[in-house]
Amino acid sequence: MSNLMSGARMLAECLAREGVDCMFGYPGGVTLPFYDVLYDHQIRHVLVRHEENAAFAAEGYARATGKVGVCCATSGPGATNLTTGLVDAMMDSIPIVAITGQVTSKLIGSDAFQEADTFGITRPCTKHNYLVKKLDELAQIIHEAFYIAATGRPGPVLVDITKDVLQAQGHYQPVTSIHLPGYKVFTEGHTGQIRRAAQLIQESERPLVYAGGGIVAANASAELREFVQVTDAPAVNTLMGLGALPSSHPNFVSMPGMHGGYAANMAMTNADLLIALGVRFDDRVTGRLAAFAPHAKVIHVDIDPAEVGKIRTPEVPIVGDVKRVLVKLTKLLVESPAQPDATRSAARRAWWHQIRAWKDEHPYDTPTSDTEIKPQHLMAEIDRLSGGDAIITSDVGQHQMWAAQLCRFNQPRLWINSGGLGSMGFGLPSAIGAQFAHPEKLVFCICGDGGFQMSIPELSTVASNGLPIKIIVMNNGHLGMVRQWQTLFYNDRLSSVQLDAFPDAEKLAAAYGFKGRTVEKPWELAAALEEAVKEPGPYLLNVKVTPFECVYPMVPAGGALNEMVLGPPQPVAVPGK
Amino acid sequence: MLQIISLVLENKPGALMRVTGLLAQRGYNIESLTVARTLDPDLSRMTIVVDVDSLQRAQVIKQMNKLINVLQANDLTEGPAVVRELVLLRIRTPQESRTAVLKEAEIFGGRVVDSGVEGFAIEVTGDPEKLGEFVDVMSAYGEVEVARSGALAIALDAKKLRLQPPVSTVGQGHPTPLQK
Repeated sequence: MSNLMSGARMLAECLAREGVDCMFGYPGGVTLPFYDVLYDHQIRHVLVRHEENAAFAAEGYARATGKVGVCCATSGPGATNLTTGLVDAMMDSIPIVAITGQVTSKLIGSDAFQEADTFGITRPCTKHNYLVKKLDELAQIIHEAFYIAATGRPGPVLVDITKDVLQAQGHYQPVTSIHLPGYKVFTEGHTGQIRRAAQLIQESERPLVYAGGGIVAANASAELREFVQVTDAPAVNTLMGLGALPSSHPNFVSMPGMHGGYAANMAMTNADLLIALGVRFDDRVTGRLAAFAPHAKVIHVDIDPAEVGKIRTPEVPIVGDVKRVLVKLTKLLVESPAQPDATRSAARRAWWHQIRAWKDEHPYDTPTSDTEIKPQHLMAEIDRLSGGDAIITSDVGQHQMWAAQLCRFNQPRLWINSGGLGSMGFGLPSAIGAQFAHPEKLVFCICGDGGFQMSIPELSTVASNGLPIKIIVMNNGHLGMVRQWQTLFYNDRLSSVQLDAFPDAEKLAAAYGFKGRTVEKPWELAAALEEAVKEPGPYLLNVKVTPFECVYPMVPAGGALNEMVLGPPQPVAVPGK
Repeated sequence: MLQIISLVLENKPGALMRVTGLLAQRGYNIESLTVARTLDPDLSRMTIVVDVDSLQRAQVIKQMNKLINVLQANDLTEGPAVVRELVLLRIRTPQESRTAVLKEAEIFGGRVVDSGVEGFAIEVTGDPEKLGEFVDVMSAYGEVEVARSGALAIALDAKKLRLQPPVSTVGQGHPTPLQK
């Protein structure tokens, strides 16, 4: 077999070699040579209806599998449309590779048709990016892109390829090694620091595991369970880490943060040791930093050295792969257990007693009504059908917080949401990516009526691929989270948050050729959801919920974690410093 | 406070943009920046003087070290380092001041690189503060035009450049290091 081939074919060969079985994209003028190769190639290309959704779908695929997600767009508007997805992947450390076409090398800089400075525009949106102007660099760069995306702290990598490179003929030599002299991946963790961490854990009276998306990214759930069992420390999972420890695990407290559980936030505030694993002390988790975990020493394990000490200076910094660090740490704790100490044992028992008391005192609020569907009621019903085993993708806003609070996840990679960037319009395209990754799995896509309308075009992708996604719109007729803030902090002056003229769900779904329905009575809800799940194809369920419900608990902006507002009757002014 | 950062980076298109982008994104103003090839033509050394919030200095260095094209970034602000700058100054001066100008240039270790009826072009190297004084002094003798190189710095305690080894791509999607 001759190895003389076009750049476009070489690109496809490299993708196949990286194990890419499915990618999401939208063709255009300069990517024509590549799409011609894809015409009869083994890689399945999923045509989305907007490039932003190609990036979100690639993220959904990556988040559901841990593999690198791939998306593709043409030059100019195609590439600029990808950027929100790239930044989203950057913020949540999701491995994706984006391929974009660029105008012919000779035309770069000439304001050619559909030319944009993709390399310049996406520099701050990616972990790394490339502009390929020579065919002999192409294969090397594609493999580098996958390596960078998947290793260390994962993230998005973009490869911008000029049309002449895609068209040029060259001899393809499979790449066997890549050399990135400046790319440092820290994996092992400092042995001395790990020993110090073990010592602090054994000495602590009120330890708390604060585990996040890093556990999911490192596939370290089993190691986390083992560690938690050995230390018997209570654990909180961040929004990005839900499922890292199963929701049903006896040591799991709840999610911490702005809309986190009372017990989790109180535990954060009162712990004497925070074991921070693959987290970044996000402002939505810490609340007012000066009042965050004021009594705690901190052990911070992260693969990214720039995260350690960025927000909170830890007593024990450990830069390394959290999976390997947890293995070593657990081994150390098992092999050299602490001397029995009656005072400490009593303190640990009291700590657990206190945490259980907090959990009992203020569990998440799940109001129900005889006349209206409460949003929390909707989440509880979805959770009943999921049983902690379905993939649930979410959009951004109130429904995201209620779903995070009330849906259980027995495993990591079941809860898929846009955490750091908070990109509306993420829910449906990420569900498409997740369903392609797991065709056999039940996938719920929970959207608000705002975010859903940002991704309506993708109903066409859902229909044309027959994806059995259960799209549940929590419809409160408003941009709920913004409305909540206007109510609480802007004297209820509701400015540009009303969403009227929502389309008829049944007709909308029917227009795409699948089933849909609207429910608004609480007694209809359970049966409607069951019908959606039973339907072999896609289903659009529009659930009209109480319009003016607020998400609680809520730590107001600038507030400390223990200054949560637990419900409507409480004063809502921002506490003074 | 001004921070002096020394970087060794790959001599590739866009590498400079990645470094300056990190600073621009945080709203830090670059006072000076010099960059040129090292002995190894594939690498460049860059010296940046930048006004960074003192609490963010370590973070900026860490972020620079994360860049794929950056092999090493060091903060030389407080460590033992030599910092030098070059000034090229053209002065228009009346006949009666010429001798005085030459004398002052000599005091600052300057070298006349061009002489004309209207004045001189003078080259001086030194630490940036001293060069500032030189420019001030010269301004007293006539109309000056100045080109400064920006600071160049090198650490006195040599930090070994640790390069990462090549990795194999045979593992399909999950490359593994070739050797330990």
